[in-house]
Amino acid sequence: MAVSRIDQKFAQLKKQGCCALVTFTTAGDPDYDTALNILKALPAAGADIIELGMPFSDPMADGPAIQASSIRALKGGMTSRKILQMVAEFRQTDAKTPIILMGYYNPIYIYGVDKFLEDALKAGVDGLIIVDLPPEEDNELAIPAKAARMGCIHLATPTTDSARLTTILKNASGFLYYVSIAGITGTQEPDIDAVKKAIDMIRGQTDLPIAVGFGIKTPENARAFADFSDAVVVGSAIVNIITDNIDQEGLANPALEARVLDFVKMLKAGVHKAKRSKGEE
Amino acid sequence: MSPDKNTYRAGPDNEGRFGKFGGRFVAETLMPLILDLEEAYRASKNDPDFKAEFDDLLAEFVGRPSPLYYAERLTEYLGGAKIYFKREELNHTGAHKINNCIGQILLARRMGKSRIIAETGAGQHGVATATVCARFGMKCVIYMGAKDIERQKPNVFRMKLLGADVIPVTCGSQSLKDAMNEAMRDWVANVTDTFYIIGTAAGPHPYPELVRDFQSVIGVESREQILAKEGRLPDSLVACVGGGSNAIGLFHPFLDDDIDMYGIEAAGHGLNTGKHAASLAGGKPGVLHGNRTYLLMDDDGQIEEAHSISAGLDYPGIGPEHSWLHEMKRVKYVPITDQEALEAFQVCSQYEGIIPALESAHAIAYVLKLAPTLPKDHLMVMNLSGRGDKDIFTVAKALGTKI
Repeated sequence: MAVSRIDQKFAQLKKQGCCALVTFTTAGDPDYDTALNILKALPAAGADIIELGMPFSDPMADGPAIQASSIRALKGGMTSRKILQMVAEFRQTDAKTPIILMGYYNPIYIYGVDKFLEDALKAGVDGLIIVDLPPEEDNELAIPAKAARMGCIHLATPTTDSARLTTILKNASGFLYYVSIAGITGTQEPDIDAVKKAIDMIRGQTDLPIAVGFGIKTPENARAFADFSDAVVVGSAIVNIITDNIDQEGLANPALEARVLDFVKMLKAGVHKAKRSKGEE
Repeated sequence: MSPDKNTYRAGPDNEGRFGKFGGRFVAETLMPLILDLEEAYRASKNDPDFKAEFDDLLAEFVGRPSPLYYAERLTEYLGGAKIYFKREELNHTGAHKINNCIGQILLARRMGKSRIIAETGAGQHGVATATVCARFGMKCVIYMGAKDIERQKPNVFRMKLLGADVIPVTCGSQSLKDAMNEAMRDWVANVTDTFYIIGTAAGPHPYPELVRDFQSVIGVESREQILAKEGRLPDSLVACVGGGSNAIGLFHPFLDDDIDMYGIEAAGHGLNTGKHAASLAGGKPGVLHGNRTYLLMDDDGQIEEAHSISAGLDYPGIGPEHSWLHEMKRVKYVPITDQEALEAFQVCSQYEGIIPALESAHAIAYVLKLAPTLPKDHLMVMNLSGRGDKDIFTVAKALGTKI
């Protein structure tokens, strides 16, 4: 079996002693072309792994920033098919950077799980994070995804104890996403000591790489979490730059793409400063 | 779970499913709480003290049993079936919603929670939740769509009088589904001290089950009452369905009896206008708010806005057990338009001296259609789930009357 892009990326970063920077943007925000341009430029700006949000009408786990970006994308006519088309267009310019789709289950369920997995793999998607599918519902998507060799990233949270973690890890693949706060995206500041403790516990139970996200907003934040995790995820803070650079009709200001990419470069520089030694794990 | 076991009353299964419907589609952060809730609910079900406390509050605080009332003039007027109203509108706070709130707040206390959140559409569930919070001295936060706050002002003021914080929800369609999204977001952020009192028989397992069980007092009482009055079970049951808690509460104790059941969905301006809230007649199965059920959505799985003159039915989904009963063809679900409900609202007021909630007026509208086609010895029980005081401004506006 070929090694997945996700596994390759983490293996390569581990050799270099680096933590991965994972960026989140919503597919189609603020419009298809701008979102695709940003997507194509993200790896050069420092994104090691790309999370692409699948906009949903009812994003229950998201704070105001990502709610607003989802609405913009949907108003602009984003659909599941167009998201996969965007990934396919990205793949024409980049064969190595893993792309993870993040969203809610209903659009995939309506697309048809098997058809979605087939089309997403064909487009070049490497993994899925579906926030309203806990392990109790693994039969819905995680198990078919595993069979189709699609990464199925599971989430652990501050409410996860060791017994619960065993349940979560059962069908987890790619990496484990640690939600650093009990809350929605882009709101509270995570408590770094509590997160570190949780990650120590998780490392005792799995060899999967561990990403930390929800509430990481600045290069300094990113660096602090990069000291002890394998990947840091920044979403709302990037999305906020898009929000700040569109006019009332939702049109992108000419500087939008550069501002997003400059911020990603700063995040990457922050992550690079993390105190890690090569092949430490 | 299947009806092959000769019962429609066995669900949900261990995974929280009624057939393929139901389930636990929630963020991982909430899963440990959902599992705790299930455990607490199972324990309470087997605890005679819990049942005693629940029954005592229903009797002394809510005023149960609610009468099963022979609607004599309406029966004469329609000239067919003998019509009984289950008078849930006489409950404290004016609707069936309080039955469930009593049950859930007792669970919240058992689980050591100190803060209650809830979503509300028409405001009936919000008022009922604020009421039980005041009764038990709990902090109460109610999420309500900004659009609903505008059209249900009296209930907003009631909630505030009862000491609740009413938080307007301005995202999305600004109605019930968005209030539920916002309540879920609050819950994820306040997992340690907060209990979410869901107002209808929907949401992640075990909510559909426990809300149904708390509301089943409606059907259990109706059964005893009709036997006492008529010496036999009814021939048909009629109830309106938004999420469907009053309907499942009436239906469930009768599901294995030979009785026709009708759940009445809100058809708004009409099914073909796209402006309605009839998720069974106009939707398809999908996943939202923790469960798989029939939902109104577009071809890409994006949830669509519902429309109904009745804020309490203005929701693009339905409880999962109803979706299952629909597919099993055990219950017949029928759409009724805003216009038909408005007419029924007036007929009930003028023939029975009871101003019904607009939600319940949908059920009455179907009674107006169905009863005349049936023989005089047909016994029909309709759930008069709420009273209409909250709706008089909406109705006046719709009738072009200034008050």
